[in-house]
Amino acid sequence: MESGTILAEIETDKATMEYESIDDGVVGKIIIADGTENIAVGELIAVLLEEGEDASALDAVSTDKAAPTVVETAPVAAPVVASTPAPASVAPKGDRVFSSPLARRIAAQKDVNIADVPGTGPKGRVIKRDVEGYTPVAKPFAAVAAAASLEGDAPFEEIKLSNMRKTIAKRLTESKQTVPHFYLGVDIELDNLLSARKDMNSMSDDYKISVNDFIIRACALALKNVPAANVQFGGDVMRQYSRSDVSVAVAIPGGLVTPVIRGAEQKGLRQISEETKMLAKKARDGKLMPEDYMGGTFSISNLGMMGIKQFQAVINPPQAAILAVGSGEQRVVIKDGEMTAATVMSVNLACDHRAIDGAVGAEFLGAIKTYLEHPSTMLL
Amino acid sequence: MPKNINAQKFDIVVLGGGPGGYVAAIRAAQLGYKTAVIERENLGGICLNWGCIPTKALLRSAEVFHNMKHAADYGLVAKDLGFDLDKVVKRSRGIAAQLSGGIAHLMKKNKITVIEGDGKLVKPGLLTVSKDGKKIADVAATDIILATGARARELPHLKADGNMVWTYRHALVPNAMPKKLLVIGSGAIGIEFASFYNELGADVTVVEMMDRVLPVEDAEISAFALKSFKAQGLNILTSASVTKLDKKKNTVVCTVEDKKGKSQTVEVDRVIVAIGITGNVENIGLEENGIKVDRGHVVTDEWGHTGVKGVHAIGDLTGPPWLAHKASHEGVIVIEKIARDKGSKEIKDLHPIDKGNIPGCTYCRPQVASVGMTEKAAKDKGHKVRVGRFPFMGNGKAISLGEAEGLVKTVFDAKTGELLGAHMVGAEVTEMIQGYTIARTLETTEAELMHTVFPHPTLSEMMHESVLDAYGKALHM
Repeated sequence: MESGTILAEIETDKATMEYESIDDGVVGKIIIADGTENIAVGELIAVLLEEGEDASALDAVSTDKAAPTVVETAPVAAPVVASTPAPASVAPKGDRVFSSPLARRIAAQKDVNIADVPGTGPKGRVIKRDVEGYTPVAKPFAAVAAAASLEGDAPFEEIKLSNMRKTIAKRLTESKQTVPHFYLGVDIELDNLLSARKDMNSMSDDYKISVNDFIIRACALALKNVPAANVQFGGDVMRQYSRSDVSVAVAIPGGLVTPVIRGAEQKGLRQISEETKMLAKKARDGKLMPEDYMGGTFSISNLGMMGIKQFQAVINPPQAAILAVGSGEQRVVIKDGEMTAATVMSVNLACDHRAIDGAVGAEFLGAIKTYLEHPSTMLL
Repeated sequence: MPKNINAQKFDIVVLGGGPGGYVAAIRAAQLGYKTAVIERENLGGICLNWGCIPTKALLRSAEVFHNMKHAADYGLVAKDLGFDLDKVVKRSRGIAAQLSGGIAHLMKKNKITVIEGDGKLVKPGLLTVSKDGKKIADVAATDIILATGARARELPHLKADGNMVWTYRHALVPNAMPKKLLVIGSGAIGIEFASFYNELGADVTVVEMMDRVLPVEDAEISAFALKSFKAQGLNILTSASVTKLDKKKNTVVCTVEDKKGKSQTVEVDRVIVAIGITGNVENIGLEENGIKVDRGHVVTDEWGHTGVKGVHAIGDLTGPPWLAHKASHEGVIVIEKIARDKGSKEIKDLHPIDKGNIPGCTYCRPQVASVGMTEKAAKDKGHKVRVGRFPFMGNGKAISLGEAEGLVKTVFDAKTGELLGAHMVGAEVTEMIQGYTIARTLETTEAELMHTVFPHPTLSEMMHESVLDAYGKALHM
């Protein structure tokens, strides 16, 4: 072979690439057979005889990885890492829609997404007649008229996705498909908290602390107490944060956003309350700035005010956990063998198992529970 | 021909060995079907023996002769110019024979059985072949492709006799060089013969019923060609028809009547009748099998199916455009459709022919070529159009060739930029039209055509300029 001869095709988890020889010579021995899996980078795969060497030189070669001859005679797999994968060997993926220029232009003029149009041209290429024959949107009036007949497919109206909706779809699909979620649930009694809150709010009209403000602070403090839960999974490394930046999910028309209360563990309830109100207003007015919602090390999603008893939330990547908060309600609880009434709130914590194990999650959730059930500990 | 043909059953039998039939047979053989072709005369059909090819050979002789006459324009000296009509015709026949032999070779190479004789459909799956009126074989086939082609249309008062009144067939092997020639019909066939005999010195009159020559072409191209024909000395009578051919001893007195009924007579020694084409629908068992015939042509669906199980039809037999390349294309499609219906995995991308994308070429001087809609057709269909034009006068290669006469016209949809049609007249336009045909097949808009780099110096640069002109961007005008 000559330098540049394709020695092998190497398949990694991401791509198949061609591996070129960087030397001239004759292949004296193939050490790793065709089709072998899980070959480590740097492992000897074959031995190349240089000019003047004959097969007897092979005897000197040990297949032991440590042997110095390995480095000299056989190019190890290392260069592959730096080389560009051969484009032809990577299956083309992505969003390319094969379509004729004319079809694309007519689609643009009709405000039709070319990707929605089924193609009937060669190899499914979208051509003019496909776009011309395509009816993208059932018109609202037609939908109403069709509803009366109750025949055929249910009438519908197609709503164009906003960028926010596209982002939600993309991020959360990625989350559910790639993040191994597990869920921990706990009931939290709120009577102490409610009484403290009532007490606090009765002292002044300048502020009005909400249950949610307590939850934000409790989570922020719990993250500080259990730093193993204030993490993000990063492939080769894990990030452990030393500050609690709590993202709070806020529903807005057409979707939701998650403004961040930064360093919430350092902020008092009043400050948290003011910031949350300010950010929620900005969110509803569509005036959030990137610095208002970028980042965050943990999320809270609260549907309690909407009467939801409990639910599971989807982790907001790259964060590793989210707390789903249900409504506080009067429930019968058993204490010391007696039935008694208490205000109870069910919360569920979703964790990324790559970053947080069950015990850590439990410890973290326990800390939250302690803070909320004994709000005076938040003063510590 | 194998003697035991009676005993043979084929997968596919093609009736007619013209450019539709023999191509269908090759494709069938390639796909592994046991295939036979029944041909009554010559492999290659009209196209190769009595049409496209031999006329191109004649016209090439005429073109060279034309160039010889204009040798001085190129600084060359040519003296004692003349031609030997017999040798011109002999060359043409030789080329036809050579190519027909080539088809025979292709049949053999693909192991296709060629049965010589007249085939007739007995019933679905069975044909009978006879020669000189005597039955020679029964041929069974799962699928039968009818590809018997077409022939010149004749009218009772315009009957060819082969002596003084010719069809294209006689005109290809003339019994004499006409001194005065009347050509009835100015379609591709009529105008090519008019061009040929005019070049060789005949006094030619062309009678066209429509209001312009080459009536299927764009009106502007027709007008351009008309001007050129007239300058070459052709006498052209449009909106006129020949009502009577009165044969004298050595001449024919032709009565030509215009629209208003005003008549004149033209006395000539030869007449060529080129008033159209009619399908060869007779005596092939169509009526007996309930195969629908409409105005001289077999009716099929877009895949060439006649509606009778296992019986298909392609090419000229099925109607316009009567073009060899359309027939060949249909031949491939009909076979691939049969294969796909039988579950062949090999057939992946099969589409019916798009008749809007079949180019047409006429090899008169100047040549005419077109694809798609004329400007008028586009407007009639409701398109708002943008039209580009570029004259051969503005092209360096055309002037260098001494061929500065011609026009490239393009018609775009103003809204979508679709190339609706392209129409050309001038030297070598028949070779260039394919560029626009590909553009149409790929559904390019003006943008891709503008972005395409055309080589310099070529005639094809005019194709670019014409597109640019449609959008007010022409550079060399």
